[in-house]
Amino acid sequence: MLNLLNKFKDPELCRNILRQIEAEVNGQFKFMEVCGTHTVAIFQSGLRSLLPENIIHLSGPGCPVCVTHESEVAAYLELAEKDVIITTFGDLMRVPGPDRKNLKNAQAEGARVKVVYSAFDALKVAMENPQDKVVFLGIGFETTAPTVAATLKIAKEQKINNFYVLSFHKLVPPALKVLLEDQDTEIDGFLLPGHVSTIIGLKPYLFLASEYQMPAVISGFEPLDILQAILLMIRQKNSGQPEVVNNYKRAVADNGNPRARQVMDEVFEITDASWRGIGTIPQSGLGLNEDYEQLDGFKALDITLRDVPPIPGCRCGDVLKGKIRPDECPLFKKACTPASPVGPCMVSTEGSCAAYFKYMV
Amino acid sequence: MCLAVPMEIKSIKDNIAEVEVGGVRNQVRLDIIDEQPEVGDFVIVHAGFALRRLDREEGLETLKLFEESLNVELT
Repeated sequence: MLNLLNKFKDPELCRNILRQIEAEVNGQFKFMEVCGTHTVAIFQSGLRSLLPENIIHLSGPGCPVCVTHESEVAAYLELAEKDVIITTFGDLMRVPGPDRKNLKNAQAEGARVKVVYSAFDALKVAMENPQDKVVFLGIGFETTAPTVAATLKIAKEQKINNFYVLSFHKLVPPALKVLLEDQDTEIDGFLLPGHVSTIIGLKPYLFLASEYQMPAVISGFEPLDILQAILLMIRQKNSGQPEVVNNYKRAVADNGNPRARQVMDEVFEITDASWRGIGTIPQSGLGLNEDYEQLDGFKALDITLRDVPPIPGCRCGDVLKGKIRPDECPLFKKACTPASPVGPCMVSTEGSCAAYFKYMV
Repeated sequence: MCLAVPMEIKSIKDNIAEVEVGGVRNQVRLDIIDEQPEVGDFVIVHAGFALRRLDREEGLETLKLFEESLNVELT
């Protein structure tokens, strides 16, 4: 199997597809990926420098840390000051909130914050500390949400009553729709996120082609996967027959993963959600449903999202929509660097600004 | 954040599998995988959970399509 996976990095085959892309592209072709792992893969593999100049890569709202809204960051930072143990994926530790304070600063000031690798590890923290309230910060798209849902199910079954989740989970397809409704956004095709698709399958994306005539290809993360997806999108555009294609069949069934979706349905309900830089998108988030009220951090710990001002000068929102490149933000590489980030797109290693900083200088 | 890594299943006990790739061993939960995997299968692992069994046949098929559309031979 590992030999097979290595073939998807084969330089000779990559060169062949690149030549094919060069031969078939007509004029400019702008594609957007909506997955932080694609962002990193495209930069790290050097594909950006290999692609012809008229193929333009835009990085969309595919980094969960980056799209976590200012009000959500403020809410968990406030919670950190209370008598709880916060458990979180490491990605959130350095995201600046109001006054540029982050979880790491809060930790230095005495807040109890533990970085975990999985939601289930957060539940273990709760079991080991029965006298404390343990809150897990649920961020991530459809890939991550079922792992959190499964953990909540276990917590309920085992009657663990000191574990809570603050669910900031977001859904990818509604955000794609918002991007396409925005008149200013110019996109010729979507490189669809591989592992989100492992869960949701093809169906939630079909509107891209049927309603918006948008080429769209579900892709894996090896150079060959990405190059072939680009070639398929270009062919769809050239033929005037856009469709949604699953080109990552080794990891994505057309029907996705129905069992994971069922676990999500048992625990979550679809809610409106706020996205950084985009605003509120109807039916684009996941909250705990009434069966899981007692484990819902918002309800059990009485947390509300309040309006907070956006970070002055930060253009993260426009970067996430593909309206500007990171280096067009006035703060880029000046006030805002990975060592001292102003906005979340510079914090996360998957953020476009961090990728530009690391690979374009 | 949706990074997910293919890992080989070494053993399975109840809902938990011992997995390995490149010498790194880990435990993953099988609560949300749709098709029960077997020892020797590769699964995609994300945040401590196996999401799906990797399909070798489909992987080969994708490569074969490349070959055919580009007229190149894979070694």
